[in-house]
Amino acid sequence: MTATVTAPQRRRGIGRKTVLPWLFIAPGLLLALVFKFWPMAKGIWLSFFKVRPFLGDKWIGLDNYRRVLTDHRFREAVDHTLVLGIGISLGAILVGFLLALLLEGQARSLKLVRTAVFLPVVTATAVVGEMWRLLYYPTSDGLINHALGFLGLGPVPFLDDPGTALWSTMAMGIWMGAPYNMVIILAGLAGVDRSLYEAAAMDGVSLWQRLRHITLPAIRPAVGIVLTLAAIRGLRVFTEVYVLTDGGPAGSTDVWMTRAYTLGFTRNDIGGASAASVVLLCVTLLLTVTVNYFRKRGDVR
Amino acid sequence: MSAPAIDPVRTPVPKPAARSAEARRTTPTRFDTALGWSDRPGPGLALRILLCVIALAVFAAPFLTIVSGALSTKPSGSSLSFLPHHPTLQNIRVAGQQGIWDYFTNSLVIAGGALLLQLVVSVLAAYALARHRFRGQALILTLFMLTMMLPEEVIAIPLSLVLGHVPVLGIDLKGTVWGVILPLGAWGFSIMLLTEFMKDIPVEIEEAARIDGVGEFRLLWQVVLPLCRPALGVAGVLGFIMIWDQYLLPLIAANDPTDYTVTVALSILRSDPQVGSGVVLAGAVMALVPSLVVYLLLQRSLVTGIAAGATKG
Repeated sequence: MTATVTAPQRRRGIGRKTVLPWLFIAPGLLLALVFKFWPMAKGIWLSFFKVRPFLGDKWIGLDNYRRVLTDHRFREAVDHTLVLGIGISLGAILVGFLLALLLEGQARSLKLVRTAVFLPVVTATAVVGEMWRLLYYPTSDGLINHALGFLGLGPVPFLDDPGTALWSTMAMGIWMGAPYNMVIILAGLAGVDRSLYEAAAMDGVSLWQRLRHITLPAIRPAVGIVLTLAAIRGLRVFTEVYVLTDGGPAGSTDVWMTRAYTLGFTRNDIGGASAASVVLLCVTLLLTVTVNYFRKRGDVR
Repeated sequence: MSAPAIDPVRTPVPKPAARSAEARRTTPTRFDTALGWSDRPGPGLALRILLCVIALAVFAAPFLTIVSGALSTKPSGSSLSFLPHHPTLQNIRVAGQQGIWDYFTNSLVIAGGALLLQLVVSVLAAYALARHRFRGQALILTLFMLTMMLPEEVIAIPLSLVLGHVPVLGIDLKGTVWGVILPLGAWGFSIMLLTEFMKDIPVEIEEAARIDGVGEFRLLWQVVLPLCRPALGVAGVLGFIMIWDQYLLPLIAANDPTDYTVTVALSILRSDPQVGSGVVLAGAVMALVPSLVVYLLLQRSLVTGIAAGATKG
């Protein structure tokens, strides 16, 4: 009797089983296709054209790429992107590690300090940019310059001098990224077996050796993840620079994406800007795939 | 001989969760932290407090200066301090005349709409990915992962063209809130996060409901979703912060400045020479408050979410 009841249900169930998952997937898939993958395909397509509104696009093959890759301002932008990306990534990890070592623990007061120190991460980049623009105010009226004045140091024209603007942008990037890394490293520190510390103390090991041989190996996976994410993020640094300096002064903080943005939206060179974006996309994907390959190999081992 | 007689690489490391439970049981010792900080008064504790004060001054104090600057009459340079000299709401009033409340409303509408859409889309996709086996599943998973690796910046220029003329539908989303909301709908990170979480829900609960004749949508809504509440919290906070941080997307999706969000509008306030830095700071504080509220309300799930996201990759 049960068989007669369940049999038709199951038959209908098989039909539903193939359609149903796709019904659930459909909204996300559609949005991703229309607003991510279609623009990506369109960008790749446009990068081979001289885009002319009203006149029709003209196929020019790799000319856009040749133009972008030989342009000296783009070459400078590559340098700045690398300096900023590497500097911010490494700096934010170092500062994040030091913060984690300082703020590790269960006490309530420590949790309060951690909550406050984490604020830069949840603040929108545009707001951080406005804030730092005031902190960096170039005369001795500026807050940081005011503090430097107490130490007997002259006012530094942080963002107004091509020699210091890139470093000032880097400092803001580290400030924004370090607390995020702190949280990941803290999670790694929590996983360290405490009996190792105890055993090390009995063996009379110095603090430095303890950090070097117990703490660092334990948080290595966490640091690996942080470094990967930071490197990929560093390549496409945009909002930080756009809000703080807009590439200036004299192009001294121009990065790959601000350059592409200027080319596309200010100069209306859609083809060239698309080519620049495709180059960045290729580098990002290459980096991601390489990193994933090494991480998987590391996991197997 | 000087190296410690242990091999930390080979020693199994306990899971963080197990560790913290254990830590709560035992009394704290100086081995609870890597540096061996002590609770007892002494030079070590004094040093730690000093370093904490420095960390607070560097990472938290700048926020006080912008709040006090926003409340000061004429903040410029050294008059920026931790406490406003003559507290006034004048800056907020002037910012209001510059239309800051309209920008703020734009932001709230976009953040609310995009977050809702993002959560609905993620829950549906995650349910299918975690609970069903179907052909092409690996491909779908890869596509969603790719949305994370496909940075907004890289597709900004073609996306601005697509927003002006959506394929197939042929409608123009520029200048509408949908131009910002829809591209934020599919976020690989929250789909992955929810998928991983749903995989851990026991199948038996679902099977029991199925036997009771519960339909698929009701099963998701009434059985799976309530069990996902912690993961939804994480996805919600991280999603909100990600949406509120958007800069390029609202910029390219706008037809004219009246469509801007409050974060993008700060640049308009700044470039207006009639407007003082106090007014810009008032706008900055308004752009800061919502993310601050969300963070303080849900900071615990944010921190666990970052840790989970980091280990899941």
